[in-house]
Amino acid sequence: MNETLLQVKHLQTNFYTENGVVKAVNDVSFAIREGETVCIVGESGCGKSITALSLMQLIPENGKVEGGEINFSGKNLLDLSKKDIRRLRGNEIGMIFQEPMTSLNPVFTIGEQMIEPIQEHLLLSKKDAYKKAMELITMLGIPNAEKIVNLYPHELSGGMLQRIMIAIALSCNPKLIIADEPTTALDVTIQAQILDLLRDIKKEFNTSMLLITHDLGVVAEMADYVVVMYAGKVVEEGPVLELFKNPQHPYTKGLLKAKPVIGERKDRLYTIAGQVPNLVDLHEACYFADRCEHAMDICRMKQPVLTEIAKGQKAACWLYEDGENR
Amino acid sequence: MKQYVLQRFLQMIVILFGTSFIIFFLFAMLPGDYIDSNISLTPQRAQELKALYGLDQPVLQRYFTWLGNALHGDFGYSLKHQEKVLSLLNKYVWNSFFVAIFALVLTWSIALVSGVISAIKQYSWFDGFVTFFVFAAMSFPSFFISLLFIKWFGVDLQILPIGGMIDTGSDSTGLAHLLEVGKHMILPVTILTLLSIGSLTRYFRTGMLEVIRQDYIRTARAKGLKERVVIFKHALKNAILPAITLLAFELPGLFSGAIIMEQIFNWPGVGRIQLESVSFRDYPVLMAFTMFLSCLTIIGNFLADVTYAAVDPRIRLK
Ligand SMILES: Nc1ncnc2c1ncn2[C@@H]1O[C@H](COP(=O)(O)OP(=O)(O)OP(=O)(O)O)[C@@H](O)[C@H]1O
Ligand SMILES: [Mg+2]
Repeated sequence: MNETLLQVKHLQTNFYTENGVVKAVNDVSFAIREGETVCIVGESGCGKSITALSLMQLIPENGKVEGGEINFSGKNLLDLSKKDIRRLRGNEIGMIFQEPMTSLNPVFTIGEQMIEPIQEHLLLSKKDAYKKAMELITMLGIPNAEKIVNLYPHELSGGMLQRIMIAIALSCNPKLIIADEPTTALDVTIQAQILDLLRDIKKEFNTSMLLITHDLGVVAEMADYVVVMYAGKVVEEGPVLELFKNPQHPYTKGLLKAKPVIGERKDRLYTIAGQVPNLVDLHEACYFADRCEHAMDICRMKQPVLTEIAKGQKAACWLYEDGENR
Repeated sequence: MKQYVLQRFLQMIVILFGTSFIIFFLFAMLPGDYIDSNISLTPQRAQELKALYGLDQPVLQRYFTWLGNALHGDFGYSLKHQEKVLSLLNKYVWNSFFVAIFALVLTWSIALVSGVISAIKQYSWFDGFVTFFVFAAMSFPSFFISLLFIKWFGVDLQILPIGGMIDTGSDSTGLAHLLEVGKHMILPVTILTLLSIGSLTRYFRTGMLEVIRQDYIRTARAKGLKERVVIFKHALKNAILPAITLLAFELPGLFSGAIIMEQIFNWPGVGRIQLESVSFRDYPVLMAFTMFLSCLTIIGNFLADVTYAAVDPRIRLK
């Protein structure tokens, strides 16, 4: 197997708000190997974005990474100085965001925004940087690169802008690309194009990818390995095939059931009853217990730990704690 | 863009004529005039004078006479000063202008710097200090600060003159004259700056705070750019854009004079002429000056739109 590129251990990110401490990322661990695509799935507000931003150390000001390790090609990113982190961003780790329309600066041209990381990290001259930017644009399947570089973001469509964002993320040949719901804001045909593009890129450059989504269709298509998050915690993880074929955690099962399947029209789509708990002042318990149909007494009193249940597949659930299966 | 400018320009011309019409009629509707307010005149003499100044004609006719003359640059005679309105205003307006322009430059530079620093260091001691200072400067009445400064710097320390534009009886010329006027300007300029700096600082601070929360700032950081570049290139340009409009709106303020400050510092500016012409019902002066300020306001609006279009790509290309 390939070597581990990124290893996140017991990551803990908290926000300090007027209502109390929000434990947005609560003891999250996972790893990404070279050339591998890991997907983080989970409902809105479960801490996916904050996990990604913690890696880049770009979390909002009222938040703080308060524990754990982020080992990336042999260094713990949490020990690096601000300057070293800055050198890593956009250079060794590229990031793509959810909203292409607002992710580019409205008052600078596409070209100006593309050459910035190239000049900063690869130290190319302005002319060479522009050349490289145009190559990237062409590579991502946008015609008329010479014209595109002189346009402003508002003159391009969302799909085009997302390609530009991908081009920016790719421009310094990063080892890891973090894509935070890169297709959520786009319409379906464009979504497919963007996903194809990401897959091609991954194949061609052997880049690792951390893909964040709440769309299990995307997961099925892209992922090698899946991490399921719930209320700031990892509840289940495993290789994509095993996880889809044989989900263990009741939450994962619910997610898979809630996914509409083409050809199987139901009167009513399945939903997981209840809501994601408030992440302030959580007490010791399985956070999913209130919505879980299998909830037992112990679920409301003690937190289950992530343990290996099947080969390579881990879940945090009391149902499996004694080795018994349901 | 060209078409947009042309369109706005034509619009501006129409508005200018409309404004002149409204202003003229408003003044014509005011009860009483320069002659009525002079009680020492016999009714017969008053009638003669009215005929002489054309005050007995219908309003519409008077308007067109006035407009025709105005278009030739003739705004009539000041009744009080017995001098051509244009040369009268020309004499005083620059005194006001120089004070105002220095105050404007100072205000904008200080507000920009302190507003931006306040924003990027939100809730720091610097931010706290600026906030306190700004509110203090805004809440004192201008006459109070003026008098306080005159007492401190003019009377107690005796380092600055207490009023006027030149020393009494001075006939200095050249550089010496400039220095002398400059020295007299320090306090008025400071007062005007203090008065307007508060809101502008807050404006820049809010604008900047808003911008640094935007997604594209996060993108800029995710690209690994230096914090300096993120703030002063990506954020600042976005924060300044709306302020350009504001700057163009300052145009009339540059020429309007500052009535209170000019009274207190005995500054021979146009604000005092205004005040006098109101109390003496010197309509030609009032008319001309009001018209002048409206023109500047309208031109300022036009410039605001055009410059904003020129700097903001989202408008420029439409
Ligand atoms: N600046 C902040 N201050 C306080 N709490 C925050 C802040 N940013 C995020 N959170 C909280 O952290 C939690 C995780 O947020 P996050 O953005 O990671 O969710 P997500 O899984 O990415 O959701 P989505 O699918 O909607 O993007 C949320 O409950 C949110 O309320
Ligand atoms: Mg998110």
